[in-house]
Amino acid sequence: MGVIMFDNLSDRLDAVFKKLKGHGKLTEKNIEEGLKEVRMALLEADVHYKVVKKFVADIKERALGQEVMESLTPGQQVIKIVDQELTELMGGRLENLNLSGSHPASIMLVGLQGSGKTTTAGKLAVYLRKQGRKPYLVPADIYRPAAIDQLNKLGDQLGVPVFPSNPEIDPVKICQQARTTAHRELCDTLLIDTAGRLHIDEELMTELCRIKDAVKPSDILLVADAMTGQDAVNIAESFNNTLNIGGVILTKMDGDARGGAALSIKSVTDKPIKFIGVGEKLSDLEPFHPDRMSSRILGMGDVLTMIEKAQTIVDEKKAVELEKRLRKNEFTLEDFRDQMVQIRKMGSISELINMIPGMGKIKQLKNLEVDENEFIKIEAIINSMTPQERHQHTLIKGSRRKRIAKGSGTSVQDINNLLKNYTQVVKMMKKINKGGMRELGQGMLPF
Amino acid sequence: MAFTWFQKNEEVKEGGQEKSTGFFNRLKKGLSKTRKVLSTDINDLFAGNRKIDDELLEELEELLITSDMGVRTTMDLIESISKKSSEISGADQLKKALKENILALLNSEKPCPQKITTGPLVIMVIGVNGVGKTTTIGKLAAKFVASGEKVIIAAADTFRAAAVEQLAIWAQRAGVEIVKHKDMSDPAAVAYDGIQAALARGADVVLVDTAGRLHTKKNLMEELKKIKRAISKKLPEAPHEILLVLDATTGQNALSQAELFNDALDVTGIALTKLDGTAKGGIVVSICSTLEIPLKYIGIGEKIEDLQEFDSVRFVNALL
Repeated sequence: MGVIMFDNLSDRLDAVFKKLKGHGKLTEKNIEEGLKEVRMALLEADVHYKVVKKFVADIKERALGQEVMESLTPGQQVIKIVDQELTELMGGRLENLNLSGSHPASIMLVGLQGSGKTTTAGKLAVYLRKQGRKPYLVPADIYRPAAIDQLNKLGDQLGVPVFPSNPEIDPVKICQQARTTAHRELCDTLLIDTAGRLHIDEELMTELCRIKDAVKPSDILLVADAMTGQDAVNIAESFNNTLNIGGVILTKMDGDARGGAALSIKSVTDKPIKFIGVGEKLSDLEPFHPDRMSSRILGMGDVLTMIEKAQTIVDEKKAVELEKRLRKNEFTLEDFRDQMVQIRKMGSISELINMIPGMGKIKQLKNLEVDENEFIKIEAIINSMTPQERHQHTLIKGSRRKRIAKGSGTSVQDINNLLKNYTQVVKMMKKINKGGMRELGQGMLPF
Repeated sequence: MAFTWFQKNEEVKEGGQEKSTGFFNRLKKGLSKTRKVLSTDINDLFAGNRKIDDELLEELEELLITSDMGVRTTMDLIESISKKSSEISGADQLKKALKENILALLNSEKPCPQKITTGPLVIMVIGVNGVGKTTTIGKLAAKFVASGEKVIIAAADTFRAAAVEQLAIWAQRAGVEIVKHKDMSDPAAVAYDGIQAALARGADVVLVDTAGRLHTKKNLMEELKKIKRAISKKLPEAPHEILLVLDATTGQNALSQAELFNDALDVTGIALTKLDGTAKGGIVVSICSTLEIPLKYIGIGEKIEDLQEFDSVRFVNALL
């Protein structure tokens, strides 16, 4: 994230065009100045130099058309065009794994050292199992110390069978044998974890070709680090030329890299990015969304992911129940606590803030430490109340407050604050009830 | 670009050191592959005695940006070159001017790490996932052993599956002792025990491995601080070195990594790994200059001896 020089592209473009306000229509020169900002943003996001050059030239043609010239907000207009083009370039729609062809199906994971192949193999196993398939992990990395152990441990954790490799066996043999044992283990999808290698290492690249010839995989996925810089084009090109890959998995997307490598890789290989790795847990693998990636590369946040996250975590049943009670103005302290727990499930507040466009870049917010302990405190306080108190907060007078404070390890002041906040929320609820619940979405409260 | 340096370095050393032939041959082999992929070189820019004009500056810009130098550093360098354009007439002069500028950026060094008065030298190794921390520790251990030091490795990456096993193999290769606990145990406790073991057994160096973590994960950064505190508790002046491992393949995000790790732990040195590929690792120039952290080691291959001490003058002499 261009920490030093760049704020969000949107702001910078606005600044460029603001200078031109009152000068009548935009000229070609004005547009060029705006495009310079686009170019800088893309380079800072690690999109390859040549890819940027071509992209900006393409954009210029469109931007020179009427739509920008006559727009009152040319900055926004330029962004819109850039965003659309980026999204299109990165592939219009979601592409899934290719599992067709011979049985059992094989998926080969290839890439540089440290790009995250082994972890991704574990994550794909979880994903495939959810799709009703029977994955079989195949450790084919005989070079890195303990790489086989690592996949074995992941297999153990997940309860997914692992082929008993050992570093003495040739990787091609490992893969061949694994195809036969997969049958015995009643598995239908092999996940082949190959050793990390440099794309210029001819010997090891040849080994990958040999594995490919031996197992005829239905999909070959290049596992690439989202933080990769300008070299992404060389890496992707070499792997694609050698193996004709079927797609890409972009890992470590949970950091703050803008991920321009996605665009570079896509433009040199023309292969789809199929998944992104978004965390340390084995369930942290998500389908790739070109539109979201575009916003991220441009430094415009990721609102959609946040919304989706909220949707998957909020328990539908509870939400409906809550809605009913809210309608009857029966929002208790227990509901208050449950809401809090649900919000916390979405991740840390600071992470959520980073997903909101522009927010991550605001200096004041950067240093803002949302005190997650505050939530723990509130939970503790409510847990220290009796059921009656939770349902009827007006019961909680002086001596009860003292008792609750003692029980939850807080002060009476904390109890006072909580009750104040709670009554405010209840008041707000009543107002909303008059206006209609639907606006609240899936039972999330606007805390 | 960094590779030109190794080649020159080779020429200097090759004559004198017999035992290193294997190593240099390997390096050379890697280099010849690298050369094929490198498309531009500063000498090519000046084929046919070109003048310094916009076109040439643009090509220079491409060269610098594709080495991951970053937009700002590239712009600064180009600006200072174009200011001097009347004095520069050929490749040699352009190189000289660039070298001077880059050297100035690289040479902003922090004062040396703390002096050791008692006990072993403690090096804590940190970085994001997959940059090569464990491998770097293996290579460092071999380096210290070669210079006659007694080394202990503390396996404080208790999170990643089989990280301890991986480190144990490196320890065995280097012939050093390793202190380890069970998987998922408290990494700070492992580090503490490592120091304790080193004190008891009279070791000279302790290398503390930590789990890879993204610099944006607040709680995991807190865990690192805790490990550091645990080390200081046992040995007040330790850790003497906080070594941040960066992957040369990483682009501009390396700067964010360096900033956040530095904020949390006061990084004293950088190890840049995976320079045996085609990536140039140009971002270290920005990192060294903005954060004033010296680049100490570079990793140029998978073998135990493929870790070199970094020398900025040589680096820049060969960079271009």
